[in-house]
Amino acid sequence: MYDFAYQKPASVADAVKLLAGDAEAKLLAGGQTFIPVLKQRLNKPSAVIDLAGLKLSGISVSANSVTIGAMTTHATVARSAEVKKAIPGLAMLASWIGDNQVRHRGTIGGSLANNDPSACYPAAVLALGAVIKTNKRAIKADDFFQGMFTTALEPDEIITAVEFPLPVEKSAYEKFRQPASRYAMVGVFVAKGPAGVRVAVTGAGQNGVFRVPEMEAALAKSWSPDAIAGVKVSPEGLNSDIHGSAAYRAHLITVMAKRAVAAA
Amino acid sequence: MPTISLKVNGKAVSAEVEGRTLLVELLREKLGLTGTHIGCDTSQCGACVVHVNGDSVKSCTMLALQADGAEVTTIEGLAAADGTLHPMQAMFREHHALQCGYCTPGMVMSAIDIVQKHPEGLSEEQIREELEGNLCRCTGYHNIVKAIAAAFPLMHQKHAA
Repeated sequence: MYDFAYQKPASVADAVKLLAGDAEAKLLAGGQTFIPVLKQRLNKPSAVIDLAGLKLSGISVSANSVTIGAMTTHATVARSAEVKKAIPGLAMLASWIGDNQVRHRGTIGGSLANNDPSACYPAAVLALGAVIKTNKRAIKADDFFQGMFTTALEPDEIITAVEFPLPVEKSAYEKFRQPASRYAMVGVFVAKGPAGVRVAVTGAGQNGVFRVPEMEAALAKSWSPDAIAGVKVSPEGLNSDIHGSAAYRAHLITVMAKRAVAAA
Repeated sequence: MPTISLKVNGKAVSAEVEGRTLLVELLREKLGLTGTHIGCDTSQCGACVVHVNGDSVKSCTMLALQADGAEVTTIEGLAAADGTLHPMQAMFREHHALQCGYCTPGMVMSAIDIVQKHPEGLSEEQIREELEGNLCRCTGYHNIVKAIAAAFPLMHQKHAA
């Protein structure tokens, strides 16, 4: 690993100042993707700004929303009785990310800012119509994800929290894991809530998370696995690699979506 | 170089580290605690698992600086001063839950965390799922799972007492 200056600011404002003042600086959340990237020398930041001192961790629930601080770990979300009650699919999703050790360090904000095309959280955030809050503004999930490892975040913008609107009537996530890495080869989050009926797919698309309007329309009429059994997703734009072809992934999307609908 | 202070196995320590120093490097190279192993160095194998503030983490995927002020427990911190093994260590021995032993420190640290986080009970299937982050190249999983199941009542009995 190349060396870097380590900084641990105590406020969001200080973190933004450090970030804005150095184009080569990078933010560190849980580090479960970023530290491996540094170890492989795929990135050479001048400074690493650790967000652990900003007090951005924690879950709060109101009548209209569940708000999860950006530095909240996957383990905390997975074990939260409040999340399990309000949005069971979200707790389920968090409990399947990586392994115990990754879940103890990895954070929701880090996952979203990275927008790995195989990450789980983008599917929940898009399907539930969540809002990503930053030091500058609130960004709708529909506007946030902009392709593989690309988001609407500006260079000096830091995610502070993610707000999921309530009430969520139905939510579930099903993931077909790549057998070695355990990342989602196809992950489907289905939801019925304030954003309507939504089906969001991760792991399959070349440009990251996307919705399946045909399934959403069918489920809005009738929430049942049978309602979407006949929906054929086009393999166009899907990933094709040694783990599976685009056609295989397209087929898996319908299979996973049916399972998720049955589980919700 | 920045200096960090933390507690390792109950003892206060401080050390000078670089930004890029990993927690596992601090433990092994600066503090001489070589019981924590480096297996894959790519966050997959779990040989380097230690506890940080009560949670199992991969010490190859955490900067030493991130552990400033933390309480860290390694495999060396488990047995009592008189050499009495932690119940998990004792059950690993009893059930022959190791062959080459390379993955064992990480397995034991993960196993303790799993048992502590599930006071309500653990099925064999759950134990296997929860061990997701630890690999044993000798494929000795069967006895590892047996050892964890056997340690469960011992650890929770101890907590209750």
